[in-house]
Amino acid sequence: MTKILKITKLKYKYDEESDVHAVDDVSFDVSRGEWVSIIGRNGSGKSTTARLIDGLMAAESGQIEIDGELLTEDNVWTLRQKIGMVFQNPDNQFVGSTVEDDVAFGMENQGVPRDEMLSRVDAALSRVGMADFKTKEPARLSGGQKQRVAIAGIVALRPDIIILDEATSMLDPQGRTEIIRVVREIKEQYGLTVISITHDLDEASFSDKIIVMKDGKIEQIATPEKLFLNNDLIEIGLDVPFASNVAADLRRSGLDIPEKYLTESELADFIWQSILTK
Amino acid sequence: MDKLIIGRYIPGESLIHRMDPRSKLLAMFAFVVIIFLANDVIGYGILAVFTFVGVALSQIKLSYFLKGLRPMLGLILFTVIFQMLFTTGGDVLFQVWILKITTYSVQNAFYIFMRFVLIIFMSTLLTLTTPPLTLADGIETGLAPLKKIKVPVHEIGLMLSISLRFIPTLMDDTTMIMNAQKARGMDFGEGNLVQKVKSVIPILIPLFVSSFRRADDLAIAMESRGYQGGEGRTKYRVLKWHLIDTVLLVSLAVLAAALIAWNTLK
Repeated sequence: MTKILKITKLKYKYDEESDVHAVDDVSFDVSRGEWVSIIGRNGSGKSTTARLIDGLMAAESGQIEIDGELLTEDNVWTLRQKIGMVFQNPDNQFVGSTVEDDVAFGMENQGVPRDEMLSRVDAALSRVGMADFKTKEPARLSGGQKQRVAIAGIVALRPDIIILDEATSMLDPQGRTEIIRVVREIKEQYGLTVISITHDLDEASFSDKIIVMKDGKIEQIATPEKLFLNNDLIEIGLDVPFASNVAADLRRSGLDIPEKYLTESELADFIWQSILTK
Repeated sequence: MDKLIIGRYIPGESLIHRMDPRSKLLAMFAFVVIIFLANDVIGYGILAVFTFVGVALSQIKLSYFLKGLRPMLGLILFTVIFQMLFTTGGDVLFQVWILKITTYSVQNAFYIFMRFVLIIFMSTLLTLTTPPLTLADGIETGLAPLKKIKVPVHEIGLMLSISLRFIPTLMDDTTMIMNAQKARGMDFGEGNLVQKVKSVIPILIPLFVSSFRRADDLAIAMESRGYQGGEGRTKYRVLKWHLIDTVLLVSLAVLAAALIAWNTLK
């Protein structure tokens, strides 16, 4: 698989004077079509990393290679077209006065001809299930709907990489599952690469690999199955999955449950089997 | 806030709704000038008929226009009464002490009243039938010729549409901050003037801070979506000039010509 993103020894600090790096010697790479989650506690450098990748801030040192091209000051605008970012606050990233204007905003910036814009706006809005809201103002939308519009704006731009910068953290559980479902669908449809920064377990469990950050450094890179085995998940900024909690409780009450991560259905199957074989 | 009709937009499908905002804005300005051409009952009569044709065409209930008049009522009455009392000349109709009401003063008061009402009706007609965003678009394209003398027209348009978009958001913010401060024992509208002004600070400062934060986030979101300024942008919204827009401007020109002719003929 080709590497769409290659990050080598990235360093960044907010305060020139201080010795504390917000991002400290971070290296990882992402294959095309992969879903990568970055997790970690507040202040661990996740969001900073995301912004560095999009060229929104200039790194102190290190290299970012997007789709085989090295990110420099000269090509930041063209490389940025390959990346679509959804941010945390649904309200503060809504640029247009109505839904359709907001979806069109990115295309306007790229100078897409108007006829094409019209069809792409419609296609993108129906892709995220917001076609009925085309002429609505942001004040009339819920947080989840605004985030769907933000995703539509990115779908319309057809980038290679989507970065979700805690895009679901301000939504209710229902809005959250819906956003994740929409992102998964468009990822499959267009073969996108997703980088998701999150504290949400469901979101992280979809990923092909999880990068754990701590104090600006990468602590470990693992698959979700491996990581969820770990019992100090809370320590690294995630909740413990429900199934792990149940398994731990059952273990404590004397049931012999294997020491590996089980999904909810796997755990249910295991309990059925153990009852039947008794 | 719901009672405030100024700047509100009532969705509709009427002829006036479908007009180009540029022609409406231009017509609005022209109308204000034309009003000063009228100087007798017939002149004002013609303008009133013109205005009411516009109101009727918009298919919006007259009550909305009257509501638009309400906040200005005090000012109108104030000016009308002053005109009435302090205009001199003409035959005296009625006199108390040094205050007298003359034919001239009644006439002047009537003109002032008509000017106010017609201008307010027309501007209400403009805002009721034009979505704010379209109005901003109209202003932006209307200012386009000023680009030649280096007026940042695109930036003005962008700022206008962003402010319009954030008005409801900031209103929500204000209510939330007010309630939060009330929950912490803040009393609004109590005490003397100094105390009242002081009680605004715990709303204003958080509001400013949150606006700065919003602006920061918005700027980053805009940059990440490739916004580099006005150069090389295409526009999603385009304004269409219809036949009716030409008709409107021509009819205004005819109106002005008729009034000038009437004035000179008299």
